[in-house]
Amino acid sequence: MDRNPSPRPSPDGRGSRAVLAAANSPRSEPRVVRIAIIAVAIAFLSIFVVLPLVVVFAQAFAGGIAAYLAALTDPEALSAIRLTLLVAAISVGLNLVFGVIAAWAIAKFDFVGKTFLISLIDLPFSVSPVISGLVFVLLFGAQGFFGPFLVKHNIQVLFAAPGIALATLFVTFPFVARALIPLMQEQGTQEEEAAISLGASGLQTFFRVTLPNVKWGLLYGVLLCNARAMGEFGAVSVVSGHIRGLTNTMPLLVEILYNEYQFVASFAVASLLAMLALITLIAKTVLERRLDERDVP
Amino acid sequence: MTIEVRQLRKNFGSFAALDGVDLKVADGELLALLGPSGSGKTTLLRIVAGLDWPDAGEVNFDGENALIRGAGERQVGFVFQHYALFRHMSVFENVAFGLRVQPRRVRKSEAAIRARVKELLDLVQLDWLADRYPSQLSGGQRQRIALARALAIEPRILLLDEPFGALDAKVRKELRQWLRSLHEQIHMTSIFVTHDQEEALEVANRVVVMDKGKIEQMGTPDDVYDNPASAFVHGFIGESIELAVDVAGGEVRLGVASLPLTAQGLASGPSRLFVRRHDMQVGPAGSGALQGSVTRVRSFGPVQRAEVLIGSARHAIEIDAPRDQELRPGDVVGLNPRRYRIFAAS
Repeated sequence: MDRNPSPRPSPDGRGSRAVLAAANSPRSEPRVVRIAIIAVAIAFLSIFVVLPLVVVFAQAFAGGIAAYLAALTDPEALSAIRLTLLVAAISVGLNLVFGVIAAWAIAKFDFVGKTFLISLIDLPFSVSPVISGLVFVLLFGAQGFFGPFLVKHNIQVLFAAPGIALATLFVTFPFVARALIPLMQEQGTQEEEAAISLGASGLQTFFRVTLPNVKWGLLYGVLLCNARAMGEFGAVSVVSGHIRGLTNTMPLLVEILYNEYQFVASFAVASLLAMLALITLIAKTVLERRLDERDVP
Repeated sequence: MTIEVRQLRKNFGSFAALDGVDLKVADGELLALLGPSGSGKTTLLRIVAGLDWPDAGEVNFDGENALIRGAGERQVGFVFQHYALFRHMSVFENVAFGLRVQPRRVRKSEAAIRARVKELLDLVQLDWLADRYPSQLSGGQRQRIALARALAIEPRILLLDEPFGALDAKVRKELRQWLRSLHEQIHMTSIFVTHDQEEALEVANRVVVMDKGKIEQMGTPDDVYDNPASAFVHGFIGESIELAVDVAGGEVRLGVASLPLTAQGLASGPSRLFVRRHDMQVGPAGSGALQGSVTRVRSFGPVQRAEVLIGSARHAIEIDAPRDQELRPGDVVGLNPRRYRIFAAS
């Protein structure tokens, strides 16, 4: 059979149309090429994503379930889990508020320096987390900008939960704002104007119109923000001081345990973070579907 | 309620959206603001609603300064071009919104709110859609729901921004008549903005024609159509034939030829002659005030439309003639303007 894709009529005039159409369609690569491409993609994902995940859980359960549970109920592990949850709660909570305010300001109002503000929001994404941590050392360390004031009033920021929360807050700031700005810009201000002209106050407009319209996007931002807050290593490592049972978060504890050759304990804690990642992934997929089918009147 | 606007000015950067507008709207009137895009009509409407603020000027409702009140306190029903329905609320909740956000001390009971919403949905004949969401409605239905929502707060005036602009031609025509009869039913002072002259002339009691931030003419639809006050209004409303002419000492000239038309008291200078298409009578060569040669003929419906080249400058105009009149490309015809207006060229 002639495989030439040019659309000239074939001599026999029968059954050739389908062949030509197939040859002309954009998905006309030979079967072999298709299979090869898919195989490469799957192989890559298996080696770099699935395999590590499997290894984490395999190592975590290498000493049996009892060892796994023992590792997680160790006071140091419990303290790390507590601290991680606390820091995540604080930073996600505050970023939720700041992110919504920033997105609201950028999407619904026009003001001088708006473009600058948008770039500024992205700053935490563009600097290395280690630098972010160091900034807080420079600000709150004993020799830092606020150092004397903090020492005088006996307030501990660095090498304590507040410092870790601050560093996490900084690193995770862009998530909520980033998720909301395009959504809010796309929706415009007409519904808000309608609400205002119907007699709604600013707060009523926000809570009854603006917020419900972006709820899925907001949840999406919070989800990513939370995943990063719990998993942040670099910035937190700089400000934590690694005080065992006090200022170690889960990612820090994983590293410490690993360096001490406590593989089961290390991977047990790591498995919790891996599970968080999986849950985040599933929730993210569900949310993206909701965002895609959201109503546009 | 009456609305009075005095010397209203609004600039967006260096662009003057409103350049000293004076307007009075009588109680119960249905007024159309008509103009091309950028003429300032929507800006004027938004300032009356309290969604924009003027740089200078006054807005009074019943003689009271409205500018000291925010949009929510003016009791204005506003209908947006793109409906602006709350997308996450059902039709029922959309209409109920204005009642639910009222301060607690004046808020109606849940039963009263339900009754009022039902009443409004009946008024716009869409009570069967109460549980639907905006995305499930057609454009015409959305616009009627938007109107019901605006009426829920018992506004003192109703403002509609291009209410039918986003709808297709057939629905637009239906809604036009429907709005007209609704206004007769509720008799609320209403202003609607449109760029569609047919809509303005058909629906409104009075038409205000705007251009470049200024009011060009106000009057009844007949008045605006029959006695345009400026070249802009004549050109914008109705289909007109326009010719560049010169007025010299009371004489109207096309090129070097003098036309048997009066200059209507216009001073000498370059001018524009306007004739409504249906006022241009087509006759045999030699008759009428203008001579031209036919270059193209198309027929549709009861008329045929011909392109005619006029004068030594061979200026192309389009005229309408009855179907049974014989017209062929190459024919020389005489054109007689039964009615015409001459304005100085700006």
